[in-house]
Amino acid sequence: MAGLTPEPETPRVLDPITGDGTLIDDPAVRPPLVLGNHSFHDITEIVCGYAENKPGRWWLPAFGVASSIAGMGGLFILYLVITGIGTWGLNNQVDWAWDITNFVFWIGIGHAGTLISAILCLLKQKWRTSINRAAEAMTIFAVICAATFPGIHVGRQWMAWMLFPIPNSNQIWPNFRSPLLWDVFAVSTYGTVSALFWYMGMIPDFATLRDRACLALKRNPDGPTLLPFIPLRVAKLRGLVYGFLAMGWRFSSRHWQTYERAYLILAGISTPLVLSVHSIVSFDFATSVIPGWHATIFPPYFVAGAIFGGFAMVLLLMIPSRELFPNMKDLITLRHLENMAKITLVTGMMVGFAYSMEFFIAWYGGNVYELDAFINRATGPYWWAYWTMISCNVLSPQVYWFKRMRTNPLVIFIVSAFITVGMWFERFVIIVTSLHRAFLPAEWGMFFPTPIDICIFVGSCGVFLTLFLLFLRFLPVFAMSELKAVLPQASPHYHPPAPPVDGTQAAHAQKRGHGE
Amino acid sequence: MARKSKKIYKTESGAVVHGVMAEFATPADFYHAAENVRDAGYTRWDSFSPFPVHGIDEAMGLPTPRLPLVAAVIGFTGAGLGYWMQQWMTAVDYPLVVQGKSYDAWEPRVPITFELGILFTAFAVLIGMFAFNKLPRHHHPLMKKERFLRVSDDRFIICVEAVDPRFDPSGTRRMLESLGGTNIEIVEE
Repeated sequence: MAGLTPEPETPRVLDPITGDGTLIDDPAVRPPLVLGNHSFHDITEIVCGYAENKPGRWWLPAFGVASSIAGMGGLFILYLVITGIGTWGLNNQVDWAWDITNFVFWIGIGHAGTLISAILCLLKQKWRTSINRAAEAMTIFAVICAATFPGIHVGRQWMAWMLFPIPNSNQIWPNFRSPLLWDVFAVSTYGTVSALFWYMGMIPDFATLRDRACLALKRNPDGPTLLPFIPLRVAKLRGLVYGFLAMGWRFSSRHWQTYERAYLILAGISTPLVLSVHSIVSFDFATSVIPGWHATIFPPYFVAGAIFGGFAMVLLLMIPSRELFPNMKDLITLRHLENMAKITLVTGMMVGFAYSMEFFIAWYGGNVYELDAFINRATGPYWWAYWTMISCNVLSPQVYWFKRMRTNPLVIFIVSAFITVGMWFERFVIIVTSLHRAFLPAEWGMFFPTPIDICIFVGSCGVFLTLFLLFLRFLPVFAMSELKAVLPQASPHYHPPAPPVDGTQAAHAQKRGHGE
Repeated sequence: MARKSKKIYKTESGAVVHGVMAEFATPADFYHAAENVRDAGYTRWDSFSPFPVHGIDEAMGLPTPRLPLVAAVIGFTGAGLGYWMQQWMTAVDYPLVVQGKSYDAWEPRVPITFELGILFTAFAVLIGMFAFNKLPRHHHPLMKKERFLRVSDDRFIICVEAVDPRFDPSGTRRMLESLGGTNIEIVEE
């Protein structure tokens, strides 16, 4: 039950300099990755506790609201399929609008998960172990939301299977020179590989949950049943489901050796994969001739923007979670938040640089159409969208230059919300403002969203949140085996510090203990 | 010097012995015990820990896994198939002039070739991991032991199997005891 027992101590007193004890600036001191001197058993209890016990009172109302919104979105998609794309606000002039904006928005959010699980793994950033599971889950849910939009944008949704090269009675194949087809392969590969990576990481944790269910069943064969009239024990069901997912994992060192090698290869291939996915998404635009789209800066600019928006979403989800779940602050420390805030600042600066470079090239390139497209972006009918984008994405992360700001969860949460809005507007600006003033004045028009546009987008947020809440409730939210491995006592060369004689020696022993 | 051991050990109740397991308190004890079991010449034995203890593969003297090679072969096969699929579909089965470019141009095929290479590698890695580890497996003799189920929490266990040519019920037990193992138990098949 430890996972959900409220923290015994009074609210932890935060040190003005080191915060909860992890914000140490001295590079010679290795700050703890997990607070509270937890043993291996404590980690199991905390993390399994989230999946095994009833969550707090907030969970059910939150789930009710999120799943109702998701259901509403589903009904509007049904209406769209029955009625047609004309129910959206897009038209002959602006023929890509919220659908593709939402697609790029969601697919970008996924990128932070892969960055944390793959790139930070290759760079041996051990702090990733507390956040990788949740970030990977977020990636998969975001890809699910993203994949919906092109699927329903094709018009005749029942023909969406023709996106894939499947033999058909017309005896035709898709056009392999089109970036839209590359996108089909990139996004479906990305979704699949992320799901495999996520699943493989969870195998040992499923085995832990399985073994705990077996022990609970042995200890108390008459435990609670699933429903009052069905004689299926909760522990039995848990053992069966987690046992199936664990595939007979038994924590053998011979297995761990292959497993670690497999994990490293997956991290190695996911790194170029994540860079390729958003590059290919950007090709959808960059390979066309529309002013404002036809730019070689797009691939790196889109990748930086995706990581930027993705980290903002990780923070938006993790900051409330760590307040709502007991003991989670020991696992996601202020240093984790600070590190993510720093990555947000760096990628935000990259995005700001890309915005200014686009303008510079529009002028320096000497192409009047290009220049006009950019002046129109900043001063035309969609000026408000452009300046929302600039203020949210370029200005708001600047507060992270101050350590007090980037270590304050409330500030990080607010800035992350701004960034999420700003990144949505970035895609809107790129797509709609470029299309609404094409080469011929006859192609000029405006886009106004209809209620269906809005409801389907809000519905996709509901789907995302519903899936994430289910994840928090039923799956191992932290990679237990990885967290245990980064505890100081996990090292085979660890020796428990000598009993402290006075304060200074205790602090010294603490330092040594956290080293190798 | 590997001699074939056909000897089958049985407990008093007549059950076939799978092996002897011992528990170790810390990763350090576990690691040193593994080194000693390796040096004692045992080959059919295994160790179990809630997380991969750093360096345990060397302490156990495990060979380098062959998984990377398999993944690479399957990955390049996938990439090759991806290229061949595009070549056949756009240049052979349904040649279509797009933007006046050559049917055989390789450049537009790079993204899909790459993506399919990654996709095949990922499946090869996951399925290969299971195959090399002989998983999924419905049951294992060790899982009958309540003590063993705690490995997934915080225990460290070494089990020497009865099929090991050097296995000897009392000798192996004494060795595990001398290495600091506690709660030594016979595991029945």
